[in-house]
Amino acid sequence: MKVIEISCIEVWREISNYLDEVINPELRQRMEAHFDVCRHCKAILDGTGNVVKLIADGEPFEVPAGFSERLYRKLR
Amino acid sequence: MSVLPQHQFDSSAESVLIQRVCDGDKEAFYELVRPYERAIYLAAKSVLGNEADAEESAQEAVLKAFTHIRNFRAESKFSTWLIQITINEARMKLRKQHRQLYDSLDEPTSDEQGDYWPRDYADWREIPSEALQLKQLREALNKALNSLEPKYREVLVLRDIQQMSVAETATVLGLSEANVRTRLHRARLQMRDALAPGIDGAWIRGRDWERVRPW
Repeated sequence: MKVIEISCIEVWREISNYLDEVINPELRQRMEAHFDVCRHCKAILDGTGNVVKLIADGEPFEVPAGFSERLYRKLR
Repeated sequence: MSVLPQHQFDSSAESVLIQRVCDGDKEAFYELVRPYERAIYLAAKSVLGNEADAEESAQEAVLKAFTHIRNFRAESKFSTWLIQITINEARMKLRKQHRQLYDSLDEPTSDEQGDYWPRDYADWREIPSEALQLKQLREALNKALNSLEPKYREVLVLRDIQQMSVAETATVLGLSEANVRTRLHRARLQMRDALAPGIDGAWIRGRDWERVRPW
């Protein structure tokens, strides 16, 4: 079965949606075929995916020390 | 590395607390807000960019929520309502400070001019977060996050840090879901660009960036 080619520009436009798995199966198939042959787009995909993973780990984004105490003091 | 704590959303327990708050029980309000402290702080910081302003704004939002608790309708989640108040407080503060043109926040239908072209680093390895000092990573991520415009940062914080659904993010920010997805896309690619060129190549062990052109 022939998969219709897709341009790099179209791939970039959909990378976020691809990562979130909200694209239709036909587009998904075209993008995956593209990733198989285009290392540039694959690198962008991997890089963006890594960023999402990194950010999802909440550790670097914590409230400042004493935040709770100051907040509840304000509420009194 | 640590996993985000999953707060059990128990609507019946929350309704009980809310009723107690309406009856004047301040302690109950502390309990209501406690699970969302980080969420409101991050939401405020996503708009304002710095810690001090974010904390102040979060406090103001919590006060406002307490004062207006009777306006909360049980059809929505308390957390959504609270975070919405926080975002609005923070945006008001930003406007007052004249740090940004406020219409960049208020016009969701605007621009998204053209495509965002990601930089062409072909050789970006997986960031080995275990290999990096936590402090270094924290600084790099925060710096990268601060380099984004508020309208992109807001979406990234709610969606990718707080793991909110697109629908909820759209509600909190007053945007369409399509708009959320577009801004999220741009925010993620900008984060990648901000992080990739290193930190003096700290992410890459001894390799030069290979510049490639896809055209």
